Amino acid sequence: MNPGTTRKSLISWGLAILIVVLLGLVPLYGSPYTMILTTSIIMYAALTVSWVMFSGPTGNVSLAPAAFMGMGIYTAASLGKFLPLPLVILVGAAGSFCLALLVGALTLRLKGLYFSIFTFGLVLLMRQLVLWYEVRFTHTRGRFVVVIDNTTIFYVMLAIFVVLLITAHRLRRSKYGAALDAIGEDEEAAAHTGINVTALKTITFSLSALFMGATGSIMATKWTYIDPYIAFDPFFSFMPVLMAVFGGMGTFYGPIIGAAVFGLLEELLLTQFPFYYMLMFGIILVVAITYLPDGLIGLVTKWKKGGRAANNASP
Amino acid sequence: MRVLEGKKLTKFFGGLAAVSEVDFNVDQGEIVGLIGPNGAGKTTLFNLISGAIVPDSGVLEFKGQKLTGLPAHRVCRAGVARTFQSVRIFPNMSVLANVSLGAVFGTKSGMSSAVAATAGEELLDFVGLAGASATRAGDLTLAHQKRLEVARALATQPEVLLLDELIAGLNATEASEVMDLITRIRDRGITILMIEHVMKAIMSICARIIVLHHGEKIAEGTPAEITSNETVIMIYLGK
Repeated sequence: MNPGTTRKSLISWGLAILIVVLLGLVPLYGSPYTMILTTSIIMYAALTVSWVMFSGPTGNVSLAPAAFMGMGIYTAASLGKFLPLPLVILVGAAGSFCLALLVGALTLRLKGLYFSIFTFGLVLLMRQLVLWYEVRFTHTRGRFVVVIDNTTIFYVMLAIFVVLLITAHRLRRSKYGAALDAIGEDEEAAAHTGINVTALKTITFSLSALFMGATGSIMATKWTYIDPYIAFDPFFSFMPVLMAVFGGMGTFYGPIIGAAVFGLLEELLLTQFPFYYMLMFGIILVVAITYLPDGLIGLVTKWKKGGRAANNASP
Repeated sequence: MRVLEGKKLTKFFGGLAAVSEVDFNVDQGEIVGLIGPNGAGKTTLFNLISGAIVPDSGVLEFKGQKLTGLPAHRVCRAGVARTFQSVRIFPNMSVLANVSLGAVFGTKSGMSSAVAATAGEELLDFVGLAGASATRAGDLTLAHQKRLEVARALATQPEVLLLDELIAGLNATEASEVMDLITRIRDRGITILMIEHVMKAIMSICARIIVLHHGEKIAEGTPAEITSNETVIMIYLGK
């Protein structure tokens, strides 16, 4: 590794640690409002980074995040009364991991659009399945979730996010990260180069689901009441895709920046223009995707290069 | 020594027998040519050997071990590597990253990334791509992409290399360079089975040629025997 790379990676690690420390100070010095807003931004960022972990390199657009998040939410709702919080989160994460393992082994041979449609179907299937179970056996539709104070939620969400970032970064830099890139470029050629495509895809898919499940488990405690329609909300499947594209998928920080800007924008529009919120959100999104094909990060890269390399910026 | 052997290999696509009861064998250190008109089943046979598809019946053996039914990555690790008719490199990765992947994942025991990079550089030098390590693979010319694909296959340390129309689409100079490369690969002790339409190339470097037609093996022999074979002449020139 040459000194330039080392220095660059030192700077980005330093930056990452600084941001995490600053975030850690939010509950101590920020208003409760700031803390709650920051919690949901970290949640968006966590969903987006876990989504990019699998869908970024392989190019298989998964619409399953809501299914895995919902799995975590229901774990918290049904076990929250009996188990301590860390255990609830672990069970939620493990449950999502196992669900993804099962689904992945069955469906990751599907290509392109078929995979996306199937994963979206999984969200609806899980929702109906839980609804059927609740109506049939518990004779209710919703559940109350054990309430936890906002500061704890904030720190747990931040901790999950930090573990996720380290995992995603290590995966990306490992030989498996390179193999995932190869799978995204040409799956068949990757297999003939000795990469166990099915196993690697299934495990990465499950790893990303694990973090979505953990996120769902902690966030459920903030919502106090949930039912299958709240827990398995397709919104949570689309948001990570939009935020990743908005921020720029090609880089490590792009999706995080996308999630942060997206979260702030949503809050700003929702509070300032409650009636036109969705309309304005839609317009901003359309403009962003039309004029920033490489996302916000693409804009920064372009600006850094002074527009010189604008034409061959990215494929 | 017999290194690769197929016994009564058959593959149907719908009602059509793409490969029908084909027997073949390849000996250690040979360069064997596989020819036949378009649609004869040559690439399908390659796909069967490399594990891309599973035969409907028949057995494949590699050094006496059964290869039939193994997935592609296991066939590769066992020691049978391939290239594709239309080049299939990883275009957005660097040239060296393409080759290193083969060394890291395709070898029997695996390799650390650092060792793989050294092995990759050596192979790039061997195929004539020294100095191109950092180039984006998709930016190479077709001739160089084909060399890169060969280097990636070689990085998996194969004992048998399947080359699918490596020479097709190259100009005369590039073609003769690639023919030289093929014999140099053989000199490394790697057995080669190659599909080729360029007759001059096949006739000059292959010790033995297998001819497929409509999925069946219709002839086998030395280049001299094949050029004088009545059936082969009839198929290629019509009667």
